[in-house]
Amino acid sequence: MNIPTELKYTKTHEWVRAEGDLLLVGITDPAQDMLGDLVFVGEIEIGKRVQAGDTAGVVESVKAAADLYAPVAGEIVAFNEALNDNPQMLNQEPYEAWIFKLRPAGAGDASGLLDAAAYKAVVAAEKS
Amino acid sequence: MSQPDTLRTPLFAAHLARGAKMTDFGGWQMPLHYGSQVAEHQAVRRAMGVFDVSHMCSVDVGGAGSRAFLRRLLAGDVGRLAAPGKALYCCMLNEAGGVVDDLIVYWLGGERYRAVVNAATAAGDLEWMRHAAAAMREVRIASRRDRAMLAVQGPRARAALWQARPEWRAASEPLGPFFAAEVAPDVLIARTGYTGEDGFEISLPAPQAVALWDALLAAGVAPCGLAARDTLRLEAGLNLFGQDMDADTTPLESGLGWTVDRSDPGRDFVGRRALDACTPSRHLVGLTLLERGVLRSHMRVRTEHGAGETTSGTFSPTLGAAIALARLPLAATAGGRAEIEIRSRWHPARIVKPPFVRNGKALV
Repeated sequence: MNIPTELKYTKTHEWVRAEGDLLLVGITDPAQDMLGDLVFVGEIEIGKRVQAGDTAGVVESVKAAADLYAPVAGEIVAFNEALNDNPQMLNQEPYEAWIFKLRPAGAGDASGLLDAAAYKAVVAAEKS
Repeated sequence: MSQPDTLRTPLFAAHLARGAKMTDFGGWQMPLHYGSQVAEHQAVRRAMGVFDVSHMCSVDVGGAGSRAFLRRLLAGDVGRLAAPGKALYCCMLNEAGGVVDDLIVYWLGGERYRAVVNAATAAGDLEWMRHAAAAMREVRIASRRDRAMLAVQGPRARAALWQARPEWRAASEPLGPFFAAEVAPDVLIARTGYTGEDGFEISLPAPQAVALWDALLAAGVAPCGLAARDTLRLEAGLNLFGQDMDADTTPLESGLGWTVDRSDPGRDFVGRRALDACTPSRHLVGLTLLERGVLRSHMRVRTEHGAGETTSGTFSPTLGAAIALARLPLAATAGGRAEIEIRSRWHPARIVKPPFVRNGKALV
């Protein structure tokens, strides 16, 4: 499983990367592997204000649907429209295919996120 | 559906060797996919794929009373099987007209028939058949768990089998759709399938399964799992027992009226009286979602003629859109509009007549 060390993670299988004052959010390699072929990403509302852990959208594979959760509190400011036509990018390049951008509500509240080692432990625990 | 002991087909190790993600299906450990279910789906639509369907159960029916027994047991009429090797798809009903199981029955010639039933229902089916046979004379029923079955499907499937087993070509090449032939001792090849594509289903002794599987893969056939099998059958508008029909629903309300043969007024098959007495109020139709998304089973559907629900749903790789089978009021027919509830919101859909896809071509 590919779990890059430079990213932050949630226990619900989102990855988070800082870009300027925004956070890019996607789903992890273990997540796309568990879901299988992804065919739909949606229900992401630009301008929606979310708390950490709120539902921010949904990804669906042929076999299952999974909610996306906001990693931290903030405002959803962008959706990666390229995923409308190519949701399989989430399978092929899970760490390149960001799903939404979030403007965090406060500074430093990413402290609750997991580092790669802690996320790896979450994945291992779910597999056992 | 899970059972305490998980059963394995003769190809279990071969699946693991190909990196299959395994799943429990009707008590059997079966391959879900070998990496990408969509790639496997496309392989079958465009070229060829092979499925291990050894979890399905062959049941041999013989004896002087076999024909009379099957004419009583099945809603389809084996009396119409005019030539040895001919196959019939039909349902076994309960007295209320509900579907006990769907199956394919082959006439192997003389008094010999073979039914192929679903894995999850096999034990109950055998009990049902033995119970029904107890009242009849000279019927022998034998479960053939000594056998394996491979389905090789797709426009290039037959050619691939002949490449893998040239010695079977002469006997299998003349077979028309829904015909079978014994191509070697105890090897039955049928031109049948569950994908909407051309191909063969090969029933053979379990010890021969791995060699055939390996030979097909060596001939370039893609191994395919149950996940692709489900999207292929749904695109082809083929029902899945337990989802699209069950013991509480008649074949008339499950899109299977065409499999019920009431042309012989004297044939008193199990469930006939209930069917004769009932007036269906619902039928099974196809739905295509007009927006992006994925359809699943048991989603609520509403139309101007009343409500219903999806029985199976998926994302169709061929159409690039979500499709479903749904049981709706009779007045809701192909060409009409419907709305489907996905996560508490209603989305527009079109009612269509299945199949959605046949022989690689979109039909809706």
